[in-house]
Amino acid sequence: MPVEVRLPTVLRQHAAGQSSVRANGSTIGEVFEDLLRQFPLLAGQVITEDGTLHKFVNVYRNDDDVRFLDKLATPVADADVVTILPAVAGG
Amino acid sequence: MLRISRAHWQAMIDHALEEAAKPAEACGLLAGELGDFDVKAVYPCANAAPPEKQDLVYELDSGDYLKADRDAQANGWEIIGVYHSHTHTEALPSPTDIAQAPDPSWHYILVSTRHPAAVVRSFTIVDGQVAEEPLVLERPPAR
Repeated sequence: MPVEVRLPTVLRQHAAGQSSVRANGSTIGEVFEDLLRQFPLLAGQVITEDGTLHKFVNVYRNDDDVRFLDKLATPVADADVVTILPAVAGG
Repeated sequence: MLRISRAHWQAMIDHALEEAAKPAEACGLLAGELGDFDVKAVYPCANAAPPEKQDLVYELDSGDYLKADRDAQANGWEIIGVYHSHTHTEALPSPTDIAQAPDPSWHYILVSTRHPAAVVRSFTIVDGQVAEEPLVLERPPAR
């Protein structure tokens, strides 16, 4: 079932300028696989070459950061909203 | 250029001074209309870096970012930048700030609490190139 995936401004250029897209999957990882099938330019922006969550993004299932859930294995259901935001840090 | 109300400007300085007492770096987000230069909201956020490192680095709390993003969206704004403070150094982006700058369209405000009076400066960071921009103070718009 498709879920809504909300994209930050910096990634919209890789998704035809859209701020919100729909992708299918029963886990965050599956949703991202479908997202990359639809928008290949997002490759390397969210998932690393090793297939793990990129440390430069925060990913949320509804209100929760998936790093504190089950990362890419976090299950998603129909009405869930997945939000991607940049991880903001510095010195 | 970036234009900000006196109240928002003061809010960033107050946050920086409060954290400097720990000492820790303060951080927060700026919202406005995409492509515009007016700061419509300032969202102070928690520094989620390990406590013993917070005087030298910041990691903007991911939960605070989500709340700020949702509030901005609800008002028809986007997150257009970030502010953070330096407790021991000048109000200039550090090599780490430049390397980790998340969005080339953003404004990066630095607040230094190194001197008795806080210094506030704004920059753009595009492909590792830093450029200072004018930070203009204006009266807050009616809300």
